Amino acid sequence: MIDVDLSLVNWSRAQFAFTAMYHWIFVPLTLGLSFLCAFYETIYLKTGDEEWKKITRFWMTLFGINFAIGVATGIILEFEFGTNWSNYSWMVGDIFGAPLAIEGIFAFFIEASFFAVMFFGWNRVSKGFHCFSTWMVAIGSNLSAVWILVANGWMQNPVGMVFNPETARFEMENFAAVVFNPVAVSKFTHASSSGFVMASAFVLTVSCWYLLRGKHVQMAKKSIVVASVFGLIASVFVGFTGDEAAYEVAQKQPMKLAAMEGLFTGERGAGLVAFGIINNSKGPGDAQDAFLFDVKIPGLLSLLANREFGSFVPGIDDLVYGNEKEGVMGVNTMMEKGKLALADLSSFREAKKNNLEDAAADALARFEVNKEFMGYGYLNTPEEAVPPANIVFNAFHLMVVMGTLLPAIFAAFLFFTLKNSVTKQKWLLPVGLFTALFAFLAQQAGWVTAEVGRQPWAIHGMMPVKIATTNLSTTSVQITFAMFAAVFTLLLLAEISIMLKQIAIGPEGH
Amino acid sequence: MISNLDYVTLQQLWWVLCSVVGALFLFLTFVQGGQTLLWQVAKNETESALIINSLGRKWELTFTTLVLFGGALFASFPLFYSTSFGGAYWVWILILFTFIIQAVSYEYRTKPANIWGAKTYELFLLINGVVGVLLIGAAVGTFYTGSSFSLNELNQVSWQYTLGGVNLRGLEAAFSLFNLSLGLFLVFNARVLGALYLINNIDLTEVPALEERLRKQVWSNFVCSLPFLLFVVVAILLRKGFGVDENGMVSMVSFKYLFNLLALPHLLLMLLVGLVLVIWGVFAGAKKGSTQGIWFAGLGTVLVGLCVLCVPAFNSTAFYPSTVDLQYSLTIYNASSSKFTLTTMTYVALAIPFVLGYVAYLWKQMDSRKLTTEEAMDGEAY
Ligand code: HDD
Ligand code: HEM
Ligand code: HEM
Repeated sequence: MIDVDLSLVNWSRAQFAFTAMYHWIFVPLTLGLSFLCAFYETIYLKTGDEEWKKITRFWMTLFGINFAIGVATGIILEFEFGTNWSNYSWMVGDIFGAPLAIEGIFAFFIEASFFAVMFFGWNRVSKGFHCFSTWMVAIGSNLSAVWILVANGWMQNPVGMVFNPETARFEMENFAAVVFNPVAVSKFTHASSSGFVMASAFVLTVSCWYLLRGKHVQMAKKSIVVASVFGLIASVFVGFTGDEAAYEVAQKQPMKLAAMEGLFTGERGAGLVAFGIINNSKGPGDAQDAFLFDVKIPGLLSLLANREFGSFVPGIDDLVYGNEKEGVMGVNTMMEKGKLALADLSSFREAKKNNLEDAAADALARFEVNKEFMGYGYLNTPEEAVPPANIVFNAFHLMVVMGTLLPAIFAAFLFFTLKNSVTKQKWLLPVGLFTALFAFLAQQAGWVTAEVGRQPWAIHGMMPVKIATTNLSTTSVQITFAMFAAVFTLLLLAEISIMLKQIAIGPEGH
Repeated sequence: MISNLDYVTLQQLWWVLCSVVGALFLFLTFVQGGQTLLWQVAKNETESALIINSLGRKWELTFTTLVLFGGALFASFPLFYSTSFGGAYWVWILILFTFIIQAVSYEYRTKPANIWGAKTYELFLLINGVVGVLLIGAAVGTFYTGSSFSLNELNQVSWQYTLGGVNLRGLEAAFSLFNLSLGLFLVFNARVLGALYLINNIDLTEVPALEERLRKQVWSNFVCSLPFLLFVVVAILLRKGFGVDENGMVSMVSFKYLFNLLALPHLLLMLLVGLVLVIWGVFAGAKKGSTQGIWFAGLGTVLVGLCVLCVPAFNSTAFYPSTVDLQYSLTIYNASSSKFTLTTMTYVALAIPFVLGYVAYLWKQMDSRKLTTEEAMDGEAY
């Protein structure tokens, strides 16, 4: 078996999480602001009103500042799979590499080449072509989201592949299954629309700041109209796709769902926690209460998770130790089967090496029986299969709270803008000032839910993160972690400072 | 048609495709080269602005090509991707680092309140241009010189080279005269290309002094690159190579790369035509007062690059040799993805000509008029 240095694994995880979360500070804004720019420019094209051009160029400047650092933080993620997760890359490169390559061919080149037209083409191409380019940047950004989320969705729900015992690798068998993976679809719809929410919230925040100081009032009001329509539609859509995502989680990753809801003991007609303070010291199998305080909506979790009232939702304990009555196989049982599978795989490879065809065929037949549990064979204890429920619960609930708050805010802004009395709502403008923060928190919380909830798996049920890493010294990873932390933070500070300055300068500077 | 291609053909096709992307990247390093010229040829704010804005319209292309190069290798040669990136960890991390700091520099350099000041961002561009390109050259050089890795039965990579007890994880590549020469050649070549591109892209009628300096740079950098180029070419022709026999055993073969060139005459032709084109481009730019040199030197770079990347991979040669034990060496046949993936990816690759098409179209649209001082000093500019 493979010796693992846990400090190496944890530092590698920390590094990936750190770089990915930094990337995700900028990505949602890119996803949404690109479309908002396209909307504003289309209005300009249709009306010919120079005011709209000014608005377009103003938001485009902010878009550009954000885009640059999005690109800077993105390149490192792409190569980190090779540098820090090389065992993972080798074992699944067949399947996982493809969407990354396709993302490069289909999405990044559209973004990169039309970006230059969008920023420097005002006097070089026709108005119509310029507007087309702005749309292409928006479409390109969102296409890149498609492919990266296909990759990520596959890690959450590995489909369309077979294990090749000869090479000990996973190989792609069905490309369409990988692309139309239901988890990938729900991820894409949810994550991209969450980007639209983020950008609308950002526009709202900046515009409210102008309104509160009585600056650029016309442009702020115009920006708000478009942003609140877009934001309202997107945030309602985010709720629906979030529900779909949760349903997929319940079906494909029940352990993650149990962690999201802090559900340790499964039940029929399980309730949804509307509000709860989770008990941090609660572990699987112990007798403590999961919550210090909670308010539940009876029966709702069963409905959301299985689309059926009164259905059984397994809790963490059921999943770890099994629940025969409800037909849930426990991790403990899967581990035994997994260990058998790994042993048979070894015998198969050994026999192959020594050209013992019969013994190899025998071992292979035994391996086939248990192969779907192979990943569990790498675990040392059944409890290892449980993600940190407190983090996942809190992150998930933070996101959902924001997810209910945001549509209400957008609706309020739309309502008062249509009544042409936004500037008079003394209570609403300060709320608007915080909207971007709310959306940002939901963004980060969303990925924490999805990724921390997936632990300990790199590929759900197949490959734990501890066997995915590159064989490096922990010190190396610590040094690179420090390098990234330092440089990304220095760049982030510059970004924020430039952004604030451009906002202070306002659209008149354009 | 694609579904009928056999496995070996697909593997070869994908090595060629990856090499084409790599070779295009080498051409596009004119951006990096241009960045290193900034402090030498720009004598005032206007000239700096012209250069930065001219390069600033292209840097994304170079960057994205590098990203695609990584993605394409990941999908088609995963074992190489994991062995090289995971093994030669520090080289790749440093290369990436120089690209992270490049990405923001154009956008942030002249923006008010950028905290670190224009000089810092210019330094970032310089580091990217010199260190980034040099290390990429050194990394490519290891196709010929080998690396000190071993693979266990699950193909997990370990790196053996240590200096004073510290495992250098690939940084030692820069200690080899051959790798270093290749890296330095690429740096000077990027500078030649950078100067040629700027001559082509900027409206020089307003800045005759800048034109003169750029044309001088074309020549002097070409002269500087020559000894390294000669050393690399001669070393390739004379050195022992990593041959693979019918049973997959790897051994050292004298004049391996020379034989490869003779066995694959189209590669030899590409090398020769490429070198001629580069020289042609240099003369056009440095001596003839032409603005079109970049196209010749650029195409020449692509051809030479393609040859350098293909020679160590074809004709039964191990392209990623291990110096620890020859038998760990990677070939395009033992490092590739499965047939299914390569076939699928080949369908995807049908889009590449289309991508190249619109990139070229947009380039033409945007560059039909030369960059003027007025435009470069505009509030919207970098
Ligand atoms: C839902 C969308 C999404 C997600 C989950 C990710 N990214 Fe990203 N990425 C984008 C959406 C995006 C983008 C919006 O398309 C960016 C942001 C700024 C930009 O230029 O494009 C981008 C930029 C970007 C770049 C620079 C592209 C360029 O040259 O222009 C790379 C290499 C990556 N990303 C790679 C990754 C990897 C390996 C991820 C997985 C961990 C990842 N991204 C997560
Ligand atoms: C950009 C948004 C993303 C964010 C914010 C994010 C967040 C995280 C977090 C918080 C972790 C650490 C979990 C832990 O160790 O407890 C993690 C790990 C990881 N994520 Fe993501 N993730 C993102 C996107 C992705 C995508 C798109 C992929 C795949 C394509 C991915 C693949 C991984 C891998 C390989 C790890 C390391 C192994 C692991 O710890 O699971 N992530 N990510
Ligand atoms: C009613 C509200 C919402 C629900 C029910 C919901 C549900 C979910 C679920 C279940 C996941 C995990 C998916 C997985 O692990 O595969 C998720 C992830 C995520 N959520 Fe939400 N969400 C809601 C609102 C929001 C809002 C308002 C935002 C941001 C503005 C947001 C951003 C994200 C992001 C970025 C992810 C990670 C990407 C992904 O896994 O799809 N969510 N959401």
